[in-house]
Amino acid sequence: MLTIIFFLSSGLFLGWSLGANDAANIFGTAVGTKMIKFKTAALICSVFIILGAVVSGAGASHTLDKLGAVNELAGAFIVALAAAITVLWMTKAGLPVSTSQAIVGAIIGWNFFSHTATSISSLTKIVGTWVFSPIISAILAYLFFHITKRIVERSKIHLMRLDFYTRIGLLIVGAFGSYSLGANNIGNVMGVFINSSPFQDITLAGLFHLSSIQQLFLLGGIAIAFGVFTYSKKVMMTVGSGIFKLSPVTALVVVLASSITLFLFASQGLHNLLTSLHLPAFPLVPVSSSQAVVGSVMGISLAKGGRNLNFKKLSQISLGWVATPAASAILAYIALFFMQNVFMQSVFK
Amino acid sequence: MPKFFNSKSKQLEGDIDGYLDRVTTAGLIFHEGVKAYVIGKKDKFERNFKEISVLESDADNIRRDIKHKLYTYMLIPESRGDVLGLLETLDDIVDICEKVLEQFSIETPDIPEFLESDFIELAELSSKTVEEVVKAARAFFREIGMVSNYVNKVHFYEHEADDVEEHLKRNAFNSKEIESFSQKVHMRYFAEKIAAVSDVAESVAERLSVYAIKRRI
Repeated sequence: MLTIIFFLSSGLFLGWSLGANDAANIFGTAVGTKMIKFKTAALICSVFIILGAVVSGAGASHTLDKLGAVNELAGAFIVALAAAITVLWMTKAGLPVSTSQAIVGAIIGWNFFSHTATSISSLTKIVGTWVFSPIISAILAYLFFHITKRIVERSKIHLMRLDFYTRIGLLIVGAFGSYSLGANNIGNVMGVFINSSPFQDITLAGLFHLSSIQQLFLLGGIAIAFGVFTYSKKVMMTVGSGIFKLSPVTALVVVLASSITLFLFASQGLHNLLTSLHLPAFPLVPVSSSQAVVGSVMGISLAKGGRNLNFKKLSQISLGWVATPAASAILAYIALFFMQNVFMQSVFK
Repeated sequence: MPKFFNSKSKQLEGDIDGYLDRVTTAGLIFHEGVKAYVIGKKDKFERNFKEISVLESDADNIRRDIKHKLYTYMLIPESRGDVLGLLETLDDIVDICEKVLEQFSIETPDIPEFLESDFIELAELSSKTVEEVVKAARAFFREIGMVSNYVNKVHFYEHEADDVEEHLKRNAFNSKEIESFSQKVHMRYFAEKIAAVSDVAESVAERLSVYAIKRRI
């Protein structure tokens, strides 16, 4: 049992850092501008992240599994550790970081090390999604911004009531965003452990069935929630008054657009529905919530006539598509070598 | 929690509307008061003066209550400072309206007949700036796009008031009818006091234009 906990710890650490960083993408402005209390935000965020992870986490995780099925617990430990260290290092360097990109890089590192062929089609699908997710987010934010503006202007709603509705909106959209984040990003945290999951399926009282993967995701969800409660307040305060200075109403638009983007790339139900209607379905891929938010903010800048477009941020994002996976892959490869040859642990079958 | 916030929001909406109603009324009473004094209806003038004094303390209480609620219930954190700033400067309008009537009551200036129409017109224009600035304030809360429209009207009436003020002062100092220099100065003093209402209204309008830009989505 102790060995299992030890090997899962890197994934849990990755989950913690995801919760610490990404909760701010959803509730940052709401908490930073004091529209919602941190405790309320953290509670809603944690509950819905866990729900999203357990209920809808399988889709995006499956894509990571296709990219490289890490089949030994020690190997999965190193892959998650390499991703976590990359995230930590890039956060310290002040670069916009994505756990999705870090974990993909680390899996490719494992593929190289274990001489497993990397599925090019999966990789193209994943990278394509990274490029498209901020674009989709920007388009959605652009549309929602215009709709919201029109509604607010036409309804002649009183400032006080607008404030009330914005609070409610931030709570609901925040819950949806947290669910989407959990569903889309749990694969990054726990996906690599699926093939070596130490858990057995359990059924509670003959009604409630929890598969071994769902138990894994529940654990990961709790780790994310822990990150939300212990560290995200600091990040939220920075987001609220720092890089993206948004008004509560624009924050609502940003969070809604980004959450829908995350949901599109995570919802198995939507995927099945579109496929059954013979329509092109969104691939289920873990994307970066931070980049979706940056996309939304860009969309709003465009809607306002292109003012304050931050091109530096855009170039940093595209740099992240290459630099993060590359750094993570190299780190994973080196760490796997050490794990196998120094600590004498089998890292692949 | 949402229900709690909703009821507080509605209450504050009512408080703010009530406060703005009082500012408009203060402007109207001010106009009526000056008119009553100038045409010699002293009883009516004293009634107006009492009314405005009651209104002033009433408005103060509502404003304090709004401030208290905004901070206690953490409402509109983004625009709270602006809203309180707005209410405080609107309060200056009520204050100055009351002060001017008080000065009339204490100093009982002797207004010659040929200046009566100028004084009444000046008070009417000042009262109009108050009316328009309150409309601008209402627009700030409900229809942000309309703020500049009302602000423009405030500027227009303030400019008109300046013209009438200048005309009144010239008339007073060029006139042979007013013999003493002290009475001429007294006329100038009251002309400036009445016109000051429109100046304060204009400065509130200036603030409102800035707040409106900040509040635009």
